[in-house]
Amino acid sequence: MKFYFDLLSQPSRALYIFLKVTKTPVEFVKIDLKRLEHLTNEFKAVNRFQKVPCIVDNGFKLSESVAIFRYLMQSNPNISENWYPKDAKSRALVDEFLEYQHIGVRYPCAIYFQTKWLLPTFSGKPPNEKKVREYENLMIKSLDTFENIWLASDQKEFLATKEISFADILACCELEQPRMADFDTFKDRPRLKKWHEKVKKETNPYYDEAHKNVYDIIQSKGKLSSKFDLVFIYRYLRYIKFKKFFE
Amino acid sequence: MKFYYHLLSQPSRALYIFLKLNNITAEFIIIDFPNGDHLTDEFKEINRFQKVPCIVDDDGWKLAESIAILRYLMSKYKNIPDHFYPSDIRARAAVDEYLEWQHINTRFGCGVYFQLRKKIGPFAVLSEEALPIFKFLMESTLEAIETLWLRGKKFLCSDEISFADIIAACEIEQARMTGYDLFENRPRLKEWYEKVKETTNPYYDEAHVIVNKIVARSQKAKL
Repeated sequence: MKFYFDLLSQPSRALYIFLKVTKTPVEFVKIDLKRLEHLTNEFKAVNRFQKVPCIVDNGFKLSESVAIFRYLMQSNPNISENWYPKDAKSRALVDEFLEYQHIGVRYPCAIYFQTKWLLPTFSGKPPNEKKVREYENLMIKSLDTFENIWLASDQKEFLATKEISFADILACCELEQPRMADFDTFKDRPRLKKWHEKVKKETNPYYDEAHKNVYDIIQSKGKLSSKFDLVFIYRYLRYIKFKKFFE
Repeated sequence: MKFYYHLLSQPSRALYIFLKLNNITAEFIIIDFPNGDHLTDEFKEINRFQKVPCIVDDDGWKLAESIAILRYLMSKYKNIPDHFYPSDIRARAAVDEYLEWQHINTRFGCGVYFQLRKKIGPFAVLSEEALPIFKFLMESTLEAIETLWLRGKKFLCSDEISFADIIAACEIEQARMTGYDLFENRPRLKEWYEKVKETTNPYYDEAHVIVNKIVARSQKAKL
């Protein structure tokens, strides 16, 4: 099985960590998002949606990290059950988060990150301040819900049940993204911080390994170390059609 | 089992159709969210997220999120036809792929476009500039369904209808309610939509009574 990923992508990191922690045998194939490698025709043949992460398992192609996760759990019965419990009700609680997170966590964190950091970094233009504020408010609301509802219960240590599941890994990866745009998602949120530390403890050293580039960017206050080159400029011209989202 | 829903909520409609089609015994309870009934303390006890749809099982156990509910129902009721959510690992993964993709694509695109046009719902607070962005997202999604999802097969994930098709059809109805012509230059989409309705009727039409009234009104307004 080939696993295509880039550690700049939150769901890529989540699956990367999961695969490493569970020692699932795969071939790790890096796709360089910064160089827009996901927009090449060669990659389009691998994933029609031109995104990471995705897998190809003996010719069977699959995208969407949550779908991939379920596929991995079903195809590898040796993986420890806590990641996706077999009991119908416990499993449903993990599913509840995995479905909620697309619009409840991923979207607000990602759109903030993209508007404040990603597009300005690639285009060289300053961020649209009005949009940044709008998305920041959306993100703060979702963080409030995360802390006050998802982490409210004393009866479970993690998001869905007493044990760590894939929901926790995915959530943490999404929450790291805004930090690269200089917004500390864990600041002044003790429950969130405590849970984050627990997830890291359960998944290290792979969590830190997956987040190495992220930590570097956070440290350097959002400066990328890679240089401009002609290939990049050419691919940026093709990227322009997606600009509408961020301007 | 109690099923809390409202027919103005897309995932409510999808589960409504699924429950009726498969004769699943449940108490159908309408939560009038246009009137704010989802914001009561009473309903907050039932669903901490204060949304529909949600279920409360016979033993008082609660679950939200339509896709999570679908999976739970498939595990609980063994006589539901397999094609709705196949047990074969790869066939199931293909359905999961759509069920995960659709949140930020079909649902978000069509749903937020509807909220911005009709000026109702939580995303209506976004500024005017958001409208062309979400129209673009909605149209990209419809194009993706037309050219990628429906390529080479009768339904979204295989040649048989699955829950993916039911939820997709319910989501694109949001665009219909704004008067937008979904099917212009999208023949595969049109054919698929008719097949979904045919396969799930009379429950599809039953679930869309309110939606169809709104669509009719929006078409009258155009004339």
